Amino acid sequence: MSFYGLVDGSDASLKSYLNNLSGVDQVGAEARAAMLATRSIKTSSKRWAIDTAITMVDLTTLEGADTPGKVKALCTKAVRPDPTDSTVPSVGAVCVYNDMVSVARTHLDLIGGQHVPVAAVSTAFPSGRASMAVKIQDTQDAIDAGAAEIDMVIDRGAFLAGRYIDVFNEIVQIKHVCGDKAHLKVIFETGELVTYDNVRKASFLAMAAGADFIKTSTGKVAPAATPPVVLVMLEAVRDFYEMTNTRIGVKPAGGIRNTKDAIKQLVLVNETVGPEWLNPKLFRIGASALLNDLLMQRMKMDEGYYSSPQYVTMD
Amino acid sequence: MSFEYAPAPESRAVVSIKPKYGHFIGGKFVAGSKHFPTVNPATEEILSQIALAGKAEVDAAVNAARKAYTTTWSKMSGKERGKYLYRIARIMQERAREFAVLETLDNGKPIRESRDTDIPLAAAHFFYHAGWADKLEYAGLGTSPKPLGVAGQIIPWNFPLLMLAWKVAPALAAGNTVVLKPAESTPLTALLFAEVCQQAELPAGVVNIVTGDGSTGALIVNHPGIDKIAFTGSTEVGKIIARAVAPTKKSVTLELGGKAANIVFDDAPIDETVEGIVNGIFFNQGHVCCAGSRLLLQENVAEEVLHKLKNRMEKIRVGDPMDKNTDVGAINSKEQLAKITELAAAGDAEGAERWSPACALPAKGFWFAPTIFTGVTQAHRIAREEIFGPVLSVLTFRTPQEAIEKANNTPFGLSAGIWSEKGSRTLWASQQLRAGVIWANTFNKFDPTSPFGGYKESGWGREGGRHGLSAYLKGVSHE
Amino acid sequence: MSNRIDVKKTYKLYINGAFPRSESGRTYEVKSAKGAFIANPCLASRKDLRDAVVAARAAQAGWNKATAYNRGQILYRIAEMLEGRRAQFVDEIMQITGVTKVKAEKEVTDSVDRLVWYAGWTDKIASLAGSTNPVAGPFYNFTIPESMGVVAAIAPETPSLLGFIDSVAPIITSGNTVVILASTKAPLSAMTFAEVLATSDLPHGVINILTGKKEEIAPWMASHMDIDALDISGLPAKLHAESKVAGAENLKRIHSFKSADPGRIIAFMEAKTVWHPIGL
Repeated sequence: MSFYGLVDGSDASLKSYLNNLSGVDQVGAEARAAMLATRSIKTSSKRWAIDTAITMVDLTTLEGADTPGKVKALCTKAVRPDPTDSTVPSVGAVCVYNDMVSVARTHLDLIGGQHVPVAAVSTAFPSGRASMAVKIQDTQDAIDAGAAEIDMVIDRGAFLAGRYIDVFNEIVQIKHVCGDKAHLKVIFETGELVTYDNVRKASFLAMAAGADFIKTSTGKVAPAATPPVVLVMLEAVRDFYEMTNTRIGVKPAGGIRNTKDAIKQLVLVNETVGPEWLNPKLFRIGASALLNDLLMQRMKMDEGYYSSPQYVTMD
Repeated sequence: MSFEYAPAPESRAVVSIKPKYGHFIGGKFVAGSKHFPTVNPATEEILSQIALAGKAEVDAAVNAARKAYTTTWSKMSGKERGKYLYRIARIMQERAREFAVLETLDNGKPIRESRDTDIPLAAAHFFYHAGWADKLEYAGLGTSPKPLGVAGQIIPWNFPLLMLAWKVAPALAAGNTVVLKPAESTPLTALLFAEVCQQAELPAGVVNIVTGDGSTGALIVNHPGIDKIAFTGSTEVGKIIARAVAPTKKSVTLELGGKAANIVFDDAPIDETVEGIVNGIFFNQGHVCCAGSRLLLQENVAEEVLHKLKNRMEKIRVGDPMDKNTDVGAINSKEQLAKITELAAAGDAEGAERWSPACALPAKGFWFAPTIFTGVTQAHRIAREEIFGPVLSVLTFRTPQEAIEKANNTPFGLSAGIWSEKGSRTLWASQQLRAGVIWANTFNKFDPTSPFGGYKESGWGREGGRHGLSAYLKGVSHE
Repeated sequence: MSNRIDVKKTYKLYINGAFPRSESGRTYEVKSAKGAFIANPCLASRKDLRDAVVAARAAQAGWNKATAYNRGQILYRIAEMLEGRRAQFVDEIMQITGVTKVKAEKEVTDSVDRLVWYAGWTDKIASLAGSTNPVAGPFYNFTIPESMGVVAAIAPETPSLLGFIDSVAPIITSGNTVVILASTKAPLSAMTFAEVLATSDLPHGVINILTGKKEEIAPWMASHMDIDALDISGLPAKLHAESKVAGAENLKRIHSFKSADPGRIIAFMEAKTVWHPIGL
């Protein structure tokens, strides 16, 4: 494995690579994110942003109480978010636990949703606390059931204890399981990493190890995908592209509840890595409630008056 | 598909600009004469006709200020003076949107800056100084410090309302009355401020606003009825004022030009540093006395920083100041544009390498694309002279000592920037730099509690904070 | 002319931005200067105190983190709200203390002005109480005054409004939160003041107001291990010593004052001094 020629797979090489990274000034990063949040996106650009955001949503259900019925309803919504308006595009993916993957894939194929991939959370999501064998099996099961995307969690305990090589090797191993059947998203759980310096380190670590996407959070811990955290990750992706000519995707998840939040994310992407990333191949938003707010805003723009939750389906 | 932002214009409807203005003297708006136009620099549209105050008007204003001082203001307790200033602060907050739009139309700065920086800071200055009015015995100037009397205040065009606040708030808090002349090209927010004084029921003559040009300013400076001069503007004019008042007993504070060094060490947090460089020189179109106009890059990271800086500059949005998404607005006047153009040409002539991102500039109005010059050395005009525009001169250094030497090698001494993640080095550099305001890992940050002013030819005295009060109270010096 | 029956106010405690009754269900009688019945304010219990301290502690981090400018604006807003409701306060003061209208008006005027005075201190006290210190070595050394945490206070019996404000305002100026026991005989001003606080953008829990008996509540304040400091200005002198003995358990900072002074703000602040080397 070449790891883009950035590290040689040894602990020493990885430490050196990570220690050479520039630090992140918290106040400065937050100020930059706050300034970008003042962008006023109106009329035609807002309409474009709403539709683009819809195509980027990874519509998610990750509850202990998930049943086949719940998952099928989610899939229907994913393919046709608004039953009364066929111009509304499908979402980016459906995201479920690995034992629901086959229910999702089967139902999607049944209702004409072949174009919507199923993403499975994996590696003992959300805590990441299990043996490597279990994590590998978790991933393999999901792929066998038809998952085209794997959202794994890193071992935050290992990261915070400084065992970066362990975190690295786990990603390498899971990437190996994915092979060419599934793309790999690596979840940092930024709320547990706490500092922007850690987020930057985790980003470069994951990208060198083979991540196709880097993802902020599981959605189970707050704070999750705050604008400055996403900014730091986008900056890392931008720098990585310059170093390796490879575009890695970014997925914020958790805390993006309404259209305003989603548009702020798109502005961050636009002004940090650029418009090449403004599509579902390189940017996704992990959310559930967001979709209906996007639909309501879309209706308001088309009809000219404020809508109501009654006019969108709950699932 | 690229994400182009549709126009997001702020509405002009909140302001109503009169076709013609006079002066504000003795609590009333009085007619003026010899009108000249004030123009929107983004469109060259004439906004209004402004009066040119001559001897008669300046006399009337100084007399009104003197009368108000002797009969009312100097007799009023600090407690009551403070409450007028609180009223003014609150009304400015209430009318914030109106002030922001007016400032952008008259000055050319982006509405986002007026709205988020200029106007809130101006209101905060009044709020802060309101609280000093009845606490002067704690200012470190004795148990019962006395005001100077009537202050003549001359302010520049780059932050019109904010500069007014920096002058008027401490002067009034300390018990002085004022005659203020806003800049020729940006009088409108000062004239609106006069309305705020009326709404606050400020006693007549405590604040007087006379509009005009350099000749009006000279009349104020030379007027025998003025006890104190406060001037913000160019070093050249500052020296003229210093010479003019030398034979008199007038107190003077000056806030003049700068050519600040923005020093980037190799351990700087790189993305935030690039943001800070951009903010340091392109904020307010570079019309900032404390702008980080000389970028000093440690040589071992120069290439990387410049690469990121250029990429970042590609994203700067130059255009209609009334659009909420604009980052850099119009140059304030034709004259200033000519100065910037001339100095930039000198940069080319002296062999520095010019670079600007591709920028579609509007056809009408006064515009200059954000520009950097690399390969600049201390001997270049663009490294020595204040350009006062969106032009950055980039130099390099090898060691921290060399950075300090280069930074200090200027007659100016207003501000400096230090970018490093090593605390001891940041503190060491701040100790070595001969500058009145030093920003570490940030730039262009202002606060009413934070004293602002320069060493050497960047001026005399400080504005803001406890230190700034001494400009308006009798001190120990007899000069 | 009809004899309209007016709707009399029920006076309750003010804890965490809400107006609960005492958990004990007890009240006591407050009479006018002439001896007529006015109201049955709550007789606060130690559990009310306990709840108030929980609220004050929860609110403290956020209040401390607010900028001095923000705290100053809120104090000024409290003054704005009080000014707008002068008449009610004047009436209550006259009713309970029997003073003349002129005197009552002056107390309310002074109260508004006093709040404005404290509002102007939030962003200036650091100039007074902080410093950079020229130590004999290559170090940057600075002292910043910081808030202490939760302060409990016992307001003086009179003046019932101005005395209350002089207790409460200097404590919160710097970022402390407070639990205060109002005047026992003249609690109305403090309780109506709670309504002013509720409309002033003051975050819940920053000021918590109890009414009741000093001899009952003061010992619980003095011994409470989650109270950092105590203002016993309103406590009878004979009870000071025992408060200090009880307070010694967690070394509470205990003070009493007789007038308005920035020293009252500084008394409830801690000075933190930081050293940092200066060098390449």
